[in-house]
Amino acid sequence: MLTERHVGRPRSRVDGPLKVTGRAKYAADYATNGLLHAVVVTAPIAKGRIARMDTARAEAVPGVLRVFTHENRPRTAWFDRSWQDQVGPPGSPFRPLYDDRVHFALQPAALVVAEEFEVARHAAGLVGMECEAETPETDLKRAMTEAYVPPKRRSGIAPPPKPRGDEAKAFAAAPVRLREQYGIATEFHNAMEPHATTVIWKDGELIIHDKTQGAQNSQDWVCSIFGLAKSKVRVVSPFVGGAFGSGLRPGPQLFLAVMAALSLERSVKLVLHRDHHFGLMHRPETFVTVGLGATPEGKLCSVQVEAVAATSRFEDHQEVVVNWPGLLYDVENAAFDYRLAQLDTHTPSDMRAPGAPLGMFAAESALDELAAKIGICPMELRLLNHADEDRNDGKNFTSKELRAAYQVAADRFGWRHRSPEPRSMREGQELIGWGMATGVWEAQTVKMSASILLRADGTAEVRCGTADIGTGTYTILSQIAAEELGLPLPAVNTLLNDSAYPAAQVEGGSWTAASAGTAVQLCARSLKEKLLKAARGITNSPLASATMEEVRFTGGRIVLARDPSHAVTLAACFRELGEEKIEVEETATPGLLSKMRYSSYAHAAVFAEVRVDEELGQVRVTRVVNAVAAGRILNPKTARSQILGGVVFGIGQALHEEGIPDHALGRWMNHNMAEYHLPVNADVPAVEVIFVEERDALTSPIGVKGLGEIGIVGTAAAIANAIHHATGKRLRGLPMTLDKVLPR
Amino acid sequence: MTPFAFDRAGDLPAALRAGGAPGARFLAGGTNLVDLMKYGVEAPRRLVDLGPLDGLRRVEETPDGGLRIGALVTNADCAAHPLVMERAPLLASAILHGATPQLRNMATTGGNLLQRTRCYYFYDTATACNKRAPGTGCPAREGVNRIHAILGHSEHCIATHPSDMCVALAALEAVVEVEGPGGARRIPMADFHRLPDDAPERDTTLAHGEVITAVAIPPDRFGSHHTYLKLRDRLSYAFALVSVAVGVGMEGTAIREARIALGGVAHKPWRREEAEAAMRGLAPEAAGERAAAILLEGARGFSHNAFKIELARRAIGRAVRQAASGTPQHHANKVIL
Amino acid sequence: MPDATPPAEPALALPPPLTLALTVNGARHAVEIRPWTTLLDLLRDRLHLTGTKKGCDQGQCGACTVILDGKRVNACLVLAATRPGSEVRTVEGLEGPDGALHPLQAAFIEHDAFQCGYCTPGQLCSGVALIGEGHAGSAEEIREWMSGNICRCGAYPHIVEAIREVAGR
Repeated sequence: MLTERHVGRPRSRVDGPLKVTGRAKYAADYATNGLLHAVVVTAPIAKGRIARMDTARAEAVPGVLRVFTHENRPRTAWFDRSWQDQVGPPGSPFRPLYDDRVHFALQPAALVVAEEFEVARHAAGLVGMECEAETPETDLKRAMTEAYVPPKRRSGIAPPPKPRGDEAKAFAAAPVRLREQYGIATEFHNAMEPHATTVIWKDGELIIHDKTQGAQNSQDWVCSIFGLAKSKVRVVSPFVGGAFGSGLRPGPQLFLAVMAALSLERSVKLVLHRDHHFGLMHRPETFVTVGLGATPEGKLCSVQVEAVAATSRFEDHQEVVVNWPGLLYDVENAAFDYRLAQLDTHTPSDMRAPGAPLGMFAAESALDELAAKIGICPMELRLLNHADEDRNDGKNFTSKELRAAYQVAADRFGWRHRSPEPRSMREGQELIGWGMATGVWEAQTVKMSASILLRADGTAEVRCGTADIGTGTYTILSQIAAEELGLPLPAVNTLLNDSAYPAAQVEGGSWTAASAGTAVQLCARSLKEKLLKAARGITNSPLASATMEEVRFTGGRIVLARDPSHAVTLAACFRELGEEKIEVEETATPGLLSKMRYSSYAHAAVFAEVRVDEELGQVRVTRVVNAVAAGRILNPKTARSQILGGVVFGIGQALHEEGIPDHALGRWMNHNMAEYHLPVNADVPAVEVIFVEERDALTSPIGVKGLGEIGIVGTAAAIANAIHHATGKRLRGLPMTLDKVLPR
Repeated sequence: MTPFAFDRAGDLPAALRAGGAPGARFLAGGTNLVDLMKYGVEAPRRLVDLGPLDGLRRVEETPDGGLRIGALVTNADCAAHPLVMERAPLLASAILHGATPQLRNMATTGGNLLQRTRCYYFYDTATACNKRAPGTGCPAREGVNRIHAILGHSEHCIATHPSDMCVALAALEAVVEVEGPGGARRIPMADFHRLPDDAPERDTTLAHGEVITAVAIPPDRFGSHHTYLKLRDRLSYAFALVSVAVGVGMEGTAIREARIALGGVAHKPWRREEAEAAMRGLAPEAAGERAAAILLEGARGFSHNAFKIELARRAIGRAVRQAASGTPQHHANKVIL
Repeated sequence: MPDATPPAEPALALPPPLTLALTVNGARHAVEIRPWTTLLDLLRDRLHLTGTKKGCDQGQCGACTVILDGKRVNACLVLAATRPGSEVRTVEGLEGPDGALHPLQAAFIEHDAFQCGYCTPGQLCSGVALIGEGHAGSAEEIREWMSGNICRCGAYPHIVEAIREVAGR
């Protein structure tokens, strides 16, 4: 039956009806009688100490229950260890209201809790602070003179590859040489949903609705800090209004809301103001230097990638920035270096494809420069240096259909009509530029458990602790369960991001579909074994000797494939079992053997067209084609949206997004959505997404590589290369705002 | 927000009485005032809601063939009004280049005249700012000033006026009609907004307790020979880095008469009558160059915004060409004509 | 946004409440509010209509877009007290009386015009109003007239497709 084939088919989002009617509930949408409202007060300086705190006037406002500060905060665990979470980097995590020290601008310094939101906000404005300011350092250009190799590696982040060959010698001997530095400005996640926590307090037990990419990560953290038993704390966050990495680590709003609820023995809601997010989460400013040595024909002799990325003074946040060109291109001599420099900011957070768009903007821009220098087609240059094996790790790829991706994207884009000379294509007063770049992201799997509860009436519930932050996880897990069990899609209800559900790692890294999907498939298969066993046990069963290979699950029945007249209904199986429902839980673990032997990456070929006003420097991105090879596509409809979203993120990174610091104040001055520019509808053209067929049985049991990150990775480089082609101007710093594009 | 007393004015005299109280402010669309109250930048002790004054919600013809636009006409209604589209298309275009449909549905003609700067420091109450807190200093001068003024700034303030509508009103030589405790007065646009000098806390020449009732626009002289050209950091929903409002009267291929004003470059819409006089009799290309030279006389940038001088020079040239050829820039068309 | 600079003026007493009558999605309400309550907070905290979202609270994102007396507005910048007797339509009021989805709601699902769903109620109210305004004539026009609703998931092209389809009917 057609209705039972779901995997690989375009299916509308199963949570769509809830989202278009306003019934999907996000962290700040929960309420209870007597709910209190909390508002954060931030420190007015970026570095120093709070010498005196005056809360009397705030506390005098009618309706204010308490003003929490470092002076009166309740005792909780303050050891670093208690504040660690699943994904945090090495170091000493920021603890709100810990002491009088101010580490970064917009640091939470007090929490006002009141009966009404406006009362809390008003009182927050009455909290006085006298500070002793010290000179902050927020300028990476200055701080990078003291850059260092992080002494302790961040778990789960691949270190720079070992050098191979003799890069210095090969570079010196190369007939064509290029060495340039590229820079990427600080960016901010700005998920549309602010970070918020609603704590429902009932007799010392907490139900917490938190904006998080992992309910269990939030639960563990709260229990660890406040010394609570897991049985007393449940985190329930079925809908997350985007996160892009900002919800991986539990945020200060979670700590502060729980602290207030426990102290006041009341339910508390805390929604961070948009501006406060700019102090707490960002993609780090990064400088990447790329050196390329090549033959006159364009064969790479050497690659050198060195990066210095910003981190805080208290944690060594690390990302995979420099590794990518070493595995993407076939080169004998390569050297990599990745360092950190400390600034007086909060620790950076992972943000969509952490590291990759930074290193790849640099590498793919440098390749474009090399192509221009040699005078060959940028795509030819990439094909010429295409790596058939991962030379960083000396492993084969599980699959790599990148060549096909280049080809299909180039064809669709019309790349062969490109006139190679910069400034050679125009229409009216606009210069037209065509650029391309490669994208790459590691296909990862993590340990995740899921359960399926199947009822005799043929309906099922899938549960998993991981989250759907807009990624489509609800839909693809329902598809997998429905297809395996032979049920219509509406018969399956998937439930996510509840700490009471089967254990799962945070949603992130593009690993969720492969990991949770595999767990759901394991559950379904285990259920099928139980059901077939029951079917065989029925007296005079038509399937008495049938094996799993010989049957199909379809239309609420188990059917003998070679003779569909032999069938047993699921209802009969349940009667045989004497149950109304059965539930199984299974755990998917990364295939370690395959991981030891193979490398697995998703790839993309991104082609972009820009139109630049020759006189005024206004840039319009008018066309993007992104061809993606990422293993099996579970749902082309939601998959397309993932790539589209990545491309739009890339447009923002290329043209708009930039934290603008006042280094004297150590403060981001455009800390709001009016002056920190995200792309709006008018900035985004038609985007074509193509999925290249890629069969890969090794990357994950369900053949999936993940799509959340790959869409952004090559986009900014493709746009930068297009701007160069349009204008002849090579811009090595993102974002490429009008003032930089403006011709002299 | 700090607590405030709230009045809904029944009629204009009542509004004037209530608005004259110390610390009182008039409230129209609220898009800027409520925003600033939430940020703690504005803390009125009394808000006088002008909402019930329906008499200020009309667009009407004046006997001389001009228009009078009531202070409470929303930006959306103004831009879509047939009389405005016919008699003052430059105004309609400028309005549609600003903000968003939602904000334009709320923001009013009178309120937009009083829109305050988007200077980062003005908005951030943790920093010094002579406009918000007189005497504290102007960190933008040595700090982040990419969006700041290149003309008419003072040692006390380098903020810009953020409105698009006002740039068009300046070029159209509109007159702001005001009622106050001392009676009615008419303030030409050129005199309505101030340069910062040593009192940047005062954006306009409006006195406390005075309320804007209407904006009068002289009869149209430009027909389709106008344009509003705006350059910004994204293609919509962003304040101008530089904008140009131009209207020209043509005689053959030469400019007979011109009005031109710049946005995004100064504490007020920037207009110089000498520039307009110098354009007379010139072909568009030469007129643009002359106008730019005069308008940008004495322009001085800071560490991040010097690019605005060259950008403004080119934008003036382009806008004059657009106006002269009778092809105004359309707000939804992102190809610059 | 609160900061740590104490204002020079002493704190005043809280503004006294007033009674506001308004109609939301066809239902009449009379609520006691303080004059500093925004329409957004009134909808969310008092009427428990949490479909309308707070994204920035400063008119910078469009997530709180509702249709107020027939016009789309940012509910976060409307002091509710300024609109007595008004009629408000929110995402919860887009469905027909029979509970059928508004055509634009259905088109958003069909075109996958959202991912996380947080900006969606605002996009829908904005889109419904846009079609009524007659500003959905071309993709270019829709893009400009939908630019007051930011979508960080980047669903813009799908939003444009969904609106075009419904506007073209």
